[in-house]
Amino acid sequence: MLSIKNLQASIGEKEILKGINLEVNAGEVHAIMGPNGSGKSTLASVLAGREDYEVTGGEVEFNGKNILELDPSDRAAEGIFLAFQYPVEIPGVSTINFMKTAVNKIRQYRGQSPLDAVAFLQLMKEKMKLVEIDQSLLSRSLNEGFSGGEKKRNEIFQMAMLEPKLSILDETDSGLDIDALKIVANGVNSLRSKNNATIVVTHYQRLLDYIVPDYVHVLYKGKIVKSGTKELAKELEAKGYDWIKNEVALA
Amino acid sequence: MSKDNQVLEEFTSKEYEHGWNVNLEADEAPKGLSEDTVRFISAKKNEPAWLLEWRLKAYRQWEKMAEPTWANVHHPQINYQDIIYYSAPKQKKSISGLDEVDPELIKTFEKLGISITEQKRLTGVAVDAVIDSVSVATTFKETLGELGIIFCSFSEAVKEHPELIKKYLGSVVPMNDNYFAALNSAVFSDGSFCYIPKGVRCPMELSTYFRINAANTGQFERTLIIADEGSYVSYLEGCTAPMRDENQLHAAVVELYAMKDAEIKYSTVQNWYPGDKNGKGGIYNFVTKRGLCFGDHSKISWTQVETGSAITWKYPSCVLKGDYSMGEFYSVAVTNNYQQADTGTKMIHIGKNTKSRIVSKGISAGKSQNSYRGQVHIMKRASNARNFSQCDSLLMGDQCGAHTFPYIDVENQTARIEHEATTSKIGEDQIFYCLQRGIDEEAAVALIVNGYAKEVLNQLPMEFAVEAQKLLALTLEGSVG
Repeated sequence: MLSIKNLQASIGEKEILKGINLEVNAGEVHAIMGPNGSGKSTLASVLAGREDYEVTGGEVEFNGKNILELDPSDRAAEGIFLAFQYPVEIPGVSTINFMKTAVNKIRQYRGQSPLDAVAFLQLMKEKMKLVEIDQSLLSRSLNEGFSGGEKKRNEIFQMAMLEPKLSILDETDSGLDIDALKIVANGVNSLRSKNNATIVVTHYQRLLDYIVPDYVHVLYKGKIVKSGTKELAKELEAKGYDWIKNEVALA
Repeated sequence: MSKDNQVLEEFTSKEYEHGWNVNLEADEAPKGLSEDTVRFISAKKNEPAWLLEWRLKAYRQWEKMAEPTWANVHHPQINYQDIIYYSAPKQKKSISGLDEVDPELIKTFEKLGISITEQKRLTGVAVDAVIDSVSVATTFKETLGELGIIFCSFSEAVKEHPELIKKYLGSVVPMNDNYFAALNSAVFSDGSFCYIPKGVRCPMELSTYFRINAANTGQFERTLIIADEGSYVSYLEGCTAPMRDENQLHAAVVELYAMKDAEIKYSTVQNWYPGDKNGKGGIYNFVTKRGLCFGDHSKISWTQVETGSAITWKYPSCVLKGDYSMGEFYSVAVTNNYQQADTGTKMIHIGKNTKSRIVSKGISAGKSQNSYRGQVHIMKRASNARNFSQCDSLLMGDQCGAHTFPYIDVENQTARIEHEATTSKIGEDQIFYCLQRGIDEEAAVALIVNGYAKEVLNQLPMEFAVEAQKLLALTLEGSVG
């Protein structure tokens, strides 16, 4: 589904990603871990197409398409979803209105007719149940005055609405207490299928107790320095990132 | 950033969507302004002697006045002798039905999406259509007539209801109120008149569409709305204008008069031709709008969505004379390219326990300048007066300007006044968030701007709120930076 080859990216003069290689297949969950500043969030942003970053080398293929040539909105329409670490506030625009616009724009891209109000409401009700979110929250201005947990839950709701092929969760666990974390993880798990894939970007192993990955990769200084199964995450939790740093230093 | 600039380029090279010209044989006054011009207009309209005298008096006052210079707008000197002050589309005879209206005119409305027949049948909106200063069709008159509501062209009102015109003309905006009001008083061509009798709630939105058509034709509309005791009326004025190279002057006067317990809601969607992307052409929109809350517990509410005109100079105001009377002003003013807007309101508190509320949302893009100018005046007698003002500015790009000029005069110590102001920019983060959800850049800007202006748009009658949203999006397409 997703094939990243030797991806390099920088912001201004500073090189952040220094040759990332990663293969993600449908039905898989990959965790990307690493110390602060290793380039985890940059990878998520580059895949989504944030303009602040310049791709200086490498390739990213998504279902056979070179997505580096696509606008961010087209990437989204192709089925890439990014759950933001810091969801953005848009005053005066309700989540419902926001999602109605997004769902219909994506349908338009795919040559489908827009959903009418009734069909949209039906879809929304179904997904609300799935991610345990209250309609009153969705009627309020997008993310404005939301608690950390509400923001993250709202991201997962949007993910459910847009039914992406590839979901990238950028530090979705940050700022969540354990109850909120469980609800968010339940939402993500209930959306897992053999047809879609998930990349979980996280600093801590904690989230991976609830969203169990098939593969774990450790990103350090802009490169994937170690890959393994979920056991690797546990090992990291026990030994800390210094263990990886020392290994890299020795190599 | 480079992509934003590119989108901005694309947008700014877009032609004005409503820009086209219809061939109507105009019946014009000779160029220039003198007492003879005023006499010509009055004669053309078969006006009674008292009205001619009133016009002449206004003209003589105007001659002694000077154009105001305090507004934050800049334009070349206007040559008032180079303007045609009267032009009327030719009608063979007076019309009894829509089928007798000049088919060219009907086509004009259809291009604008304002098919009168459609409107008549489907929407239940009574339309008093104004093209080049003369009303050509008035609908729903019968339905309104049964309730005793008078809704007609100004000229017709002069003929049919001279006692009302004589009594109320200039009662809210005196003929010498300001330079442009005096000019209008001397040469006004036509407009709308509306009277709602005691205790009547007008069952439909009354609406007027204005158009400027013939070249070099100044538009001098005059609107007078009187709401008698305990009545209610909601009035909408919407305008678009065809493309012109030369600047056109538009100096309208709107007077609202609310008696005891009456309520008038006046909404405007203004989309006059703003000029091209280099700032060439466009309408000069110098308008005097004022409402008088004459009776106790009366209420006047202005809502405006201003997207057009090269220059806007406009301060819909409320004089709160009756005790417990209330004034409201809700405004969205959008400027792009080289547009200049100096707009706001005046709330004059005279009566006791009067209240006013001001919500102004400015949006500037391109190289435009957008100013809010507002005055809240609490007079000596106005005990327990209250005002709340909120003035927000949204900037798009780094070459535009947003300015706020609030004036507050308080002569009574029991007054309570609140003023809030914010300035913000559309963030790249907000745009990216939308993009990542599959919403393209133009749709993203539309979404964010409409969210920002929501509080004002919510005040518009439902069927026009949608139109206004589209207009906002259209005006700002691609101007992110």
